[in-house]
Amino acid sequence: MEAQYIYIGLAAVFGIFMAWGIGANDVANAMATSVGSKALTIKQAILVAAVFEFLGAVLAGGAVTSTIRKGIVDSDLLANTPELLIYGMLASLLAAATWLLIASRNGWPVSTTHSIVGAIVGFAAVGIGIDAVQWSQVATIVMSWVVSPLTAGFIAFLIYLSVQRLILSHEDPLAQAKRYVPVYIFFAGFTITLVTILKGLSHVGLDLSLSASYALAIGIAVLIALVGTFAIQRIKPDPKAEKKQHFHTVERVFAVLMVVTACSMAFAHGSNDVANAIGPLAAVISVAQSGIVGARSALPIWVLVIGGAGIVVGLATFGVHVIATVGEKITQLTPSRGFAAELAAATTIVIASGTGIPISTTHTLVGAVLGVGLARGIEAIDLRVVGRIFVSWVVTIPAGAILSIVFFFIFKTVLP
Amino acid sequence: MANMLANIFGTSPVLPLEKHVHIAYKCVRELDEFFAAAITGDWEKASRFRDQIIKYEHEADELKKEIRLHLPKSLFMPVPREDLLELLLVQDKMANRAKDVSGIVFGRRMKIPDEIAEEFQEFVRRNVDAAKQARKSVRELDELFTSGFRGAEAALVEGLLEELDQIETDTDDRQAALRWSLFGVEKDHGPVDVMFLYQVIELTGEIADMAERVGRRLELLLSH
Repeated sequence: MEAQYIYIGLAAVFGIFMAWGIGANDVANAMATSVGSKALTIKQAILVAAVFEFLGAVLAGGAVTSTIRKGIVDSDLLANTPELLIYGMLASLLAAATWLLIASRNGWPVSTTHSIVGAIVGFAAVGIGIDAVQWSQVATIVMSWVVSPLTAGFIAFLIYLSVQRLILSHEDPLAQAKRYVPVYIFFAGFTITLVTILKGLSHVGLDLSLSASYALAIGIAVLIALVGTFAIQRIKPDPKAEKKQHFHTVERVFAVLMVVTACSMAFAHGSNDVANAIGPLAAVISVAQSGIVGARSALPIWVLVIGGAGIVVGLATFGVHVIATVGEKITQLTPSRGFAAELAAATTIVIASGTGIPISTTHTLVGAVLGVGLARGIEAIDLRVVGRIFVSWVVTIPAGAILSIVFFFIFKTVLP
Repeated sequence: MANMLANIFGTSPVLPLEKHVHIAYKCVRELDEFFAAAITGDWEKASRFRDQIIKYEHEADELKKEIRLHLPKSLFMPVPREDLLELLLVQDKMANRAKDVSGIVFGRRMKIPDEIAEEFQEFVRRNVDAAKQARKSVRELDELFTSGFRGAEAALVEGLLEELDQIETDTDDRQAALRWSLFGVEKDHGPVDVMFLYQVIELTGEIADMAERVGRRLELLLSH
């Protein structure tokens, strides 16, 4: 079967291009908060993003990838025509990539996740048949697009409220910050590690019991918190800067915390968004190799590695500039605010990743920022832009769908 | 599309407001030296301070327009937009009054009667103090936003505003005393000059009134 190499080759090219695009554009949103608040320099941010995006993709990206790969299209209907799934997945990748290109040229705020899911639903519903779509699964995904920003917003609201109550409105905010920030660090470390261990590690060959998982997560979180505490204790107040801004030193304590949440955010982003690029790729590979749709083959780990690597390359080639630009624009997110948004978003995203639901990381982060805003934490939020994000949310799904339908019929005629 | 996150942030009015009150204060501060020169009749020196006052007033005006331009109705802020705009307006009026007062005195080359010169200078100084205290209070705005307008920071600002009130009351008392002193010697001077002197006293006193209104506005922000 000569054609299989063409399919895999094409899918790999499209998939890597998509991963590159995610690295070039989306990662900026995950990392810019930390750069904007000066918790990390650009170089440090790139390093953190590269390492944790990759780890997130490889360690915890499996579940979402599997949803994209075989959760949306009902493979039973395609048992006799496996090539249709291949055309469809290729068309979806190309459609999502094209739409993202058009959107970013015009400055529209669109989500990679929405594009790819819209595209897959589009080719399946029109190219194959309405019944080919697992509508209940799609409904769950779409619901989660509403729920995830709300959840992140709610968590961020609570976190920032606790920061205000426990630290910022206190008589001696610095002492309070030194006392409570390690707790937040522990919480951040614990959530991310636990979800990773519970949901992600099985496919790298590690299978731990529930109690062992909890013990390991607590252990790692305590370790991270101890390192953080050590770094915090070394921070000495700067009376000159303090005079201009009473929270100067306090914010430096929060900056330590933000390094941890930045890692979490990069990890969370990698775990959820890598699927947008390699989910379809994985589907094509498995069908092309076996000739059977819905083969119960495990996701080859090298595919996740390719996805992670693509993201890192996109980050290094193009993402650097985007991070710098976005970072400059969001200086309102001081470490005390930025960490609350990042921690809330990362927690929400990692839980979604563990459950296998593809959500938009950027929208979740926007929800978290609004949550901090609702806790009276942010000086000015432009509601017009929030409205525009919502509109593009609605437009992206049919746009991705129409493009993928077009590409699907082209591939069907052109490809062997 | 990477701008999605960046663009949801409007331009924060907080630091520009702090900068604006600083300029308004600098404008008012020049009045002290301006009057010192005017009292000695050194109009060349006075004109230099008058130029400074005009320059700062203009700067404050420009910044005011700039801030307004970046405060569209679609902004979601922890405090009502109207309160911030009103704060900006009264800050700006401090600078306006400094310009008005110096304009009248300089334009008419007014002679401040020797009998009340010292008292007058002291009165001007207290008004400058009021503006300074207003600046000190507004400069807490970013900390207030960070701490959500509650707790120790809010208490600190309340303390500053109390001090501001005291200074304003003091300027009121001095204004009454100064008028009384002027009343005592008014027959010895030209009636038109005296009329204008009363007006200058009135306008100068308004600087502290505006400073106090800056305080009122901040207080309103605290109560939200």
